Amino acid sequence: MNITTILIIIALLGISSYYAGIKKSLALGKIKKLHSTPIYHGALLAVNSSVASILFIIIWILFEKNIYTDLSLSRNILYIFSILIFLLTSFITFLKIKHEFKAREKLEKIIELFLLICSSVAILITIGIFLSVIFESNRFFSTVPVTEFLFGTHWSPQMPIREDQIGSSGAFGAIPLFTGTFLIAFIAMCIAGPIGLMSAIYMSEYASKKTRNIVKPLTEILAGIPTVVYGFFAVIVVAPFIRSSGEYFGLDIASESALAAGLVMGIMIIPFVSSISDDVINAVPQNLKNGSLSVGATKSETILKVIVPAALPGIIGGLLLAISRAIGETMIVVMAAGMSANLTVNPLEAVTTVTVQILVLLIGDQEFDSPKTLAAFALGLVLFFMTLILNYIALNIVRRYREQYE
Amino acid sequence: MNNLKSRLSKEKRFQIYGLSSILIALFLLSLLFVSIFSQGYTAFQETRIQLPISFDKEILDPNNTKDWNIIRKSNFNSIVKNSVSKIFPGVSERTNKRKLYKIISNSAEYQLRDIIKKDISIIGKKINIWVLADDDVDMLIKGNIDRNLPENERRIDNEELKWIEALESKKLIEKFFNKTLFTSGDSAESEQSGILGALLGTLFALTITLILSFPVGIATAIYLEEFAPKNNKFIDFVEVNINNLAAVPSIIFGLLGLAIFLNFFGMPRSAPLVGGMVLSLMTLPRIIIPSRAALKSVPPSIKDGALGLGASNVQAVFNHVVPIAIPGMLTGTIIGMAQALGESAPLLIIGMVAFIVDIPQTMTDPATTLPVQIYLWADTPERGFVERTSAAIMVLLIFLVFMNSLAVYLRKRFEKDIN
Repeated sequence: MNITTILIIIALLGISSYYAGIKKSLALGKIKKLHSTPIYHGALLAVNSSVASILFIIIWILFEKNIYTDLSLSRNILYIFSILIFLLTSFITFLKIKHEFKAREKLEKIIELFLLICSSVAILITIGIFLSVIFESNRFFSTVPVTEFLFGTHWSPQMPIREDQIGSSGAFGAIPLFTGTFLIAFIAMCIAGPIGLMSAIYMSEYASKKTRNIVKPLTEILAGIPTVVYGFFAVIVVAPFIRSSGEYFGLDIASESALAAGLVMGIMIIPFVSSISDDVINAVPQNLKNGSLSVGATKSETILKVIVPAALPGIIGGLLLAISRAIGETMIVVMAAGMSANLTVNPLEAVTTVTVQILVLLIGDQEFDSPKTLAAFALGLVLFFMTLILNYIALNIVRRYREQYE
Repeated sequence: MNNLKSRLSKEKRFQIYGLSSILIALFLLSLLFVSIFSQGYTAFQETRIQLPISFDKEILDPNNTKDWNIIRKSNFNSIVKNSVSKIFPGVSERTNKRKLYKIISNSAEYQLRDIIKKDISIIGKKINIWVLADDDVDMLIKGNIDRNLPENERRIDNEELKWIEALESKKLIEKFFNKTLFTSGDSAESEQSGILGALLGTLFALTITLILSFPVGIATAIYLEEFAPKNNKFIDFVEVNINNLAAVPSIIFGLLGLAIFLNFFGMPRSAPLVGGMVLSLMTLPRIIIPSRAALKSVPPSIKDGALGLGASNVQAVFNHVVPIAIPGMLTGTIIGMAQALGESAPLLIIGMVAFIVDIPQTMTDPATTLPVQIYLWADTPERGFVERTSAAIMVLLIFLVFMNSLAVYLRKRFEKDIN
C-alpha cells in the first residue's frame, strides 16, 4: 500500500459518500422543504470528509520525521487513521442532513476558503524567495563583509584549496558584475528602445489595419522565442559577424563580447517595448490628438509634441520594465557574454553579469557552505531587489498614468 | 518659422523611421529563423553505410549454446571490423586499418547486438546492414566539410576521403531520415545523440507545472476578480505580490528551488518533478494575470442576470461567468505554459543540466529538458552538434508555434463569445 492507493481509496469513498448524501436527503421526503438541493448535501459530505482526511495526510507527512523513526510503521498508522478520519467526518456530516440543514451555504464557504488559500500562494512564493536568498546571503556576509561585496572591484570566486595556491584568491567584489550587467542592459536598450518605440508609433498611428493584423502577430513571435534560442543565435550568427566586421576595421574583438550579447538581448526586448508602448499610446485620449491635428499640425508633429509627451510616463514605465527584464535575463549572456569578470565599459570586451555568475557558481556539484556557492545567493539577493525596485516604480508609474486618463 | 515644405518632408522622414524600425525588427526575426533553419535542416537526415555483415558462429556462439546471456558477451566489434575490411581488402597496415574502422560510428556494434537479441537464429547468416557513419563522415556527406579544402584544414584526410568516395561510387553510403535524433538520449558522439530524453523530461516537468499552476492560478484569478472584498489591505498585498512575481527574473525561482525544494525538503537533484515545481511557481502569475483579464471582460449583465434570478454568488460565478471566461483563461494558460516550455535558467540551477544518456522513466529520474539540451549542445564546438542544436531548436519552435496558434484560436473564440 502506498500514498497513491490511499488517495484512490479516498476518492472512491468520496464518490460513494456523495451518493449517500443525495440518497439520505431524498429519503427525508418533502423535497420542496429542503433548504439545499440534494446535490449540495452529497457534495458537502464528500468534500468535508475528503478534505479532512487529505489535510491529515499532509500534516502527518510533514511532521512524521519528528515523531517516528520507523517510516513504514508511521505510514501504516497514517493509512489507517486517514480512512478512519474520513469515515468519522462523513458519519458526523451524514447525521446532520436534515430539511433545514444549510448544505449549500456551508459548501460555498468551503469553496471561497479554498479560493482564498489559492490566492495566498503568491504571498508564500514571495516569502519563499525572500527566505531562501536572505538566509544564505546572511551566511555569506558573515565571511565576506557587505562593503567588500558591494564596492569591491575584484571578482574571483575560486576559493584556494591549498594555502599557497596562485590565481584563486577568493575575492568577492561585485562591481565588475554590476558594470557588466548595466553595460549589456544599456546596449540592449539602445537597440530595443528606439526600434520598439518607433514601431509602436508607426503601428498605432500610421499602419493600416491590414498591416497591423499581419505585423503584430509576427512581432509577438519574437516575444515567444525562448531565450536559449537567442543565445544560440548570438553565438553562431551575431558574434562571428561582429568579430569579422571588427577585423575588417582592424579591431580585435573577443569572440564573446558585451556587444554581441547586448545586441541580441535588444532584439529580444523589442516586442516587449513595442507592446507596452502600443498600449500606452492607444490610451492617450483621441481628443488631444484631434485638437492638435485641427490646428494644423502634421501627424508627426502631433505625435512628437502631443502624444509622446502625454504618454511619456507610461513609456518610461515600460522602458523601466524592459530594463528590469534585461538585467534579469540569463541565457543570452551566459552563452554570448562570457565568464571573465572584467571591469570595463568597452563593449568589445568580454564581460560577465550577475545572472551569469549565479549560474556559474551553482552549476555542478558544490558543497553548501563554501562562500563560493553562498555568493550566488548574495548576488540573487541584489538581483531580486534591483528588479523589485525597478518593477515597483515602473508599475506604479504605469498605473498612475492609466488612472490619469480614465 | 518652418515652412510647409520642410514640415512635410519632416513628416515623411518620421514615417520612414517608423517603417524602417518595423522592417528591421522583421528582418532580424527572419534572419534568426533562416540562420537556424539553414544550420539545422540537414540534421533531419543521417548518413549510414551498408556493411555486408556475416554473423560468424565462431565469434558469437562458438559452443552453439543459443543462450543470449552468453552471446551478449561476445565481441560484436570484431564482426563490424571484419565486414569493413571485407569492403576494403587493400587496407592492411595497422594505423590505416584503425583509421578505416573509424568511419563507422561505434554504435554499430550495439546495433548488431540488438539485431541478434531480437532473432538469435540469425547467427551464421550473412546480411547487408546499414550502420551509422561516424559524425565526421556524416558532415562530409552533407557537405558541411568542404572536400576542396587542403588536407590539413579538414577533419577528413585524403585517404579517408578516398574510401568514402569509393563507398559513394558503390552506392554503399546513403542519407536516411534521422531516426536516431528522435529515439535516443544524449550522447558524447553527435551521430548517436538524440532528443528523446530531453523531450520526455520536458513532458514530465510541464505536466507537473500544469497540474500545480493551472488550478491554483484559475482559483486565484476567480477569487480576486469575483469574491475578494474591495479595499482590503490583504487583497492589495496579494495583487502587488502577483504583479511583482510576474516580473521577477526566472533565475531567482531557481535559487528558491535550490534552497527550499532541494536543500530544505531534500528533494532529488536534476529531477523533472522539482523542475516542474519551480516552473509552476514562475508560471503561476503568468496564468493569473490573463485569467483575471478574461474574467473582467465578461459582461457584468450576465452575472447580474443570474443574481437577479436568485442564484447565490458562487452559483452565478461558477455556472455563468466562468464558463464564458474559460477560453480566455485557457489562452493565458497556454501562453504561460509556452513560456515555461522555453525556460532554462532555473532548471540549470536545480541541476537539470547534467549529461544524461538514459531516457528518464519516472518523474524523479535525472533528466534534462529541451531548452537545457539546446544549451548543452550549443556549448559543444563540434559541427555535428551545431547541426543537432539547430534541429532541437526547430523542434522546440514547432511546439511553441503549435501552442501559440492554439492560444490565438481560443482567444478568437473567446472574443466572439463575449461580443
